[in-house]
Amino acid sequence: MSRHSRRILMNYVFVGLASLATLVAVAALVMILASLVSKGLGGFNLGVFTQDQPGGGGDLGTGGLRNAIVGSLILCGVGMVLSVVIGLLAGTWLAEYGDGNRLASLVRFLNDVLLSAPSILIGLFAYQMFVVPFHTGSALAGAAALAILTIPTVTRTTEDILRLQSSQLREAGMALGAGKGLVIRSIIWKASRTGLMTGALLGFARMSGETAPLIFTTAGNQFFSMDVTHSIASLPIVIFNFALSADENWQRLAWAASLLIAVAVLSANIIGRHLAARGSQHK
Amino acid sequence: MASVQAVAGDAPRSSSPRGASSANRADKIFHGLCFTAAMTLMAALVGLIISLLVGGWPALSHFGFSFFTSSTWDPVTDTYGAAGPIVGTLVTAFIAMALALPLAIGIAVFLVEFCPARIAHSVGIAVELLAGIPSIVYGMWGLFVLAPWFAAHVQTPLMLALDPDSFWGKVFAGVPNGTNIFTASLVLAIMVLPFIATVFRELLLSIPPYLREAAYGMGCTPFEVVRGVMLPYIRKSAIGAVMLGLGRALGETMAVTFIIGNSHAFPHSLFDSGSTIASTIANEFAEANGDLHISALVALGLVLFMITFTVLAAARLLLGRETA
Amino acid sequence: MFRKIALTLGAATLLAGAAQADNFTGAGATFPAPVYTAWAQAYHQATGNAMNYQAIGSGGGIRQIKAKTVDFGASDKPLQPGELNQAGLMQFPTVIGGIVPIVNIPGVGAAQMKLSGNVLGEIFLGHIRNWSDPRIHALNPSLRLPNLPITVVHRADGSGTSFIFTSYLSVADQNWSRSVGASDSVNWPTGLGGKGNDGVAAFVKQTVGSIGYVEYIYAQKDHVAYTLLQNKAHQFPMPTPVAFAAAAAGAPWGRAPGNYVLLIDQPGAKAWPISGATFILMYKQQQNAQKAAEVLKFFDWAYKNGDAAAGKLDYVPLPLSVKNMMRKQWLQIQSGGRPVYQSH
Repeated sequence: MSRHSRRILMNYVFVGLASLATLVAVAALVMILASLVSKGLGGFNLGVFTQDQPGGGGDLGTGGLRNAIVGSLILCGVGMVLSVVIGLLAGTWLAEYGDGNRLASLVRFLNDVLLSAPSILIGLFAYQMFVVPFHTGSALAGAAALAILTIPTVTRTTEDILRLQSSQLREAGMALGAGKGLVIRSIIWKASRTGLMTGALLGFARMSGETAPLIFTTAGNQFFSMDVTHSIASLPIVIFNFALSADENWQRLAWAASLLIAVAVLSANIIGRHLAARGSQHK
Repeated sequence: MASVQAVAGDAPRSSSPRGASSANRADKIFHGLCFTAAMTLMAALVGLIISLLVGGWPALSHFGFSFFTSSTWDPVTDTYGAAGPIVGTLVTAFIAMALALPLAIGIAVFLVEFCPARIAHSVGIAVELLAGIPSIVYGMWGLFVLAPWFAAHVQTPLMLALDPDSFWGKVFAGVPNGTNIFTASLVLAIMVLPFIATVFRELLLSIPPYLREAAYGMGCTPFEVVRGVMLPYIRKSAIGAVMLGLGRALGETMAVTFIIGNSHAFPHSLFDSGSTIASTIANEFAEANGDLHISALVALGLVLFMITFTVLAAARLLLGRETA
Repeated sequence: MFRKIALTLGAATLLAGAAQADNFTGAGATFPAPVYTAWAQAYHQATGNAMNYQAIGSGGGIRQIKAKTVDFGASDKPLQPGELNQAGLMQFPTVIGGIVPIVNIPGVGAAQMKLSGNVLGEIFLGHIRNWSDPRIHALNPSLRLPNLPITVVHRADGSGTSFIFTSYLSVADQNWSRSVGASDSVNWPTGLGGKGNDGVAAFVKQTVGSIGYVEYIYAQKDHVAYTLLQNKAHQFPMPTPVAFAAAAAGAPWGRAPGNYVLLIDQPGAKAWPISGATFILMYKQQQNAQKAAEVLKFFDWAYKNGDAAAGKLDYVPLPLSVKNMMRKQWLQIQSGGRPVYQSH
């Protein structure tokens, strides 16, 4: 076979494999979503949004997820604010101010280690830091635990994306007399918008389904509450408690909650990417 | 470019000396904020490690080295040896990464290079959606859908076809109900896939266009462009994506524990049940009451950190200094 | 503008919870979570007070009550009197449930197989490995048992269910007591670990020739074949709430220090041998008398009005005599030298 046709063949094989890989991923997603949707959709009624968690033994179709939805919004909202702010700034520090700096190497290394921390241990740490001293679980403690879980993801992606921006952008900004901070904020961050948004979205995806950090900090509240200084309900906890129970009504709510989380992540993805792409200059 | 215009407009008009202009102060504040954020992160990490050390010390000092080598995990006699979970963690993470990494690179490359632009966006979101499915759903899907399918279509035919005493027979021995180390690794691979693929895709998209165009201009096929130009360019940043995936694979609790069979003994075959560190902690922590039991579980968490440490250090060695 | 909205939302959130009814929290066992939450819902409708129960596991409940981050703890296994005294806690039971062995053997339906505690122990020890074993046949002479290897399924996660089950095996089988013992999480000699009752039931349903154990309500709901078990009176009762209540009726509540009672192998012709009560933990010395009074008011209400809900969920309520005994014991819970509970 001539060298030329061999190269063409390799190319086709590669394209084929890459397409196959994508197909496998999409197929897996479709399979899992199919189970999720078939079990979750049937459990929806208007009450899911207007009623709170039911006690055990309720008739099928009673009760809802209102308190859990509100609770999850609060927890993820506060958690995301914390993680994006700290993660973005920390990642920026590592990428822009941390070259050749031994402290930066240490922070980077520890950040990667924290990526693999079992979420239940983070929950335990948050319990000892934020719950025991105050003698009560609280939504704030839960949000802090979720933030500790997510910050490494955001930091890692931020640093990776910022590093890839070509140095010409930075040099151009500085040549115009802008200080380093200004260069970063108005040029580099803007240029990396979609990448930074990816980091935030990945963090949100991870945070939205995590149960373990919440178990010791804000393990649920079957009643409606917006009091962040005490425990509130959340969708992952509801799923955790209800999915493995013997109560049919509870199980249908668990599946409905799982579907809600998946839809929330999907919407966040779509909206986030839209926002990021609006001002960006990507192809 | 619009951004450069904005910068020109904001730059200090006079060429005042450094240290006096407000722009310079803003710079210092920004630098300070970034530094504070990084230090907050570090404080959380160090705090976590210290709390693990303090919590796990009683168990580690009690059992010493045998904590790592013994596979007896007995809460009744308060004897704890973590060899089973350690091996399970390493095996499942390794298999999961081995399955997920090529798939993820393939997906990222496909989406960036070969996919028609119209559907690339949607497929990309579909892949990211995998990351957002709660892990308990993965667990239940794995237990109620994947396990029976695996038992019926993979395990049983293999067991019928192979001689139980042969090498391959031993590798694939196990109770044919689909809950074993391999299926747990499969579920993990699917969970880890979107993280790696998404970040790889972003990295590939951030490559300056002129590099790709130069390679194409020289007559390279897309495969050669990817292999020779794009992947090497992001090599150092790619380690971050792999770390994200590995982190999830090592620390995942819920999904694994549904399908791994949860036996603390040393796994003897690919289709044997086992346990991982994260799943053991998740399973037993809620009910654990004895001080030594709790300490042993926390010590397990510390071991997991040590494993990550080692993998990271090895990766840095392999890829040379200053991996991003 | 965005910032203004965010600030107002934040302030509203913080202030929203400021004025609340008398709320109190408890945490612990997952086994009674359905009935505790059912009671809480009805109590909230009746009185406006919210009992916030968090099902995080008995160990978690014990840990949180010891750290005083909740107003009461809930545990499936009673604490030993020594541990109670050391921590300054007292415990009292609320409801009772039962644990049943389940099997998946071709040709064997629900309530057809008979087992004894000894044989069960030997199976879980891995000493009896095949369904055709003569020891099983001796108990089931009329049942055709295939030559099928036994796959044991146990709980992967620590649980009160395992504690009660292994306690029973320790009492019924000396080999078990010697080599394994009783705890919420033990060094199982053989078998697979399923996560939760559902996990065990799923494993048993998916694996031919398997045997496991689940709480009674799961055996019902998951449609698995449960077995009969020989009790102390050498009878083979069906596992039903009536049988669990029979076990509770004979139990020495009044005589047990700290209410440490395991409803295992209790005497009585109809008694089911593997039953257990679930307990509430509270401090004897309370700093917040008001909160403690609220907690006891709730459980008093539950004792009075909660039996129907408990029965509907297949739990067994305590006998009235035991409830009254517990009410007297509540006088131990004091603040500033005076009991917080006002009996009426």
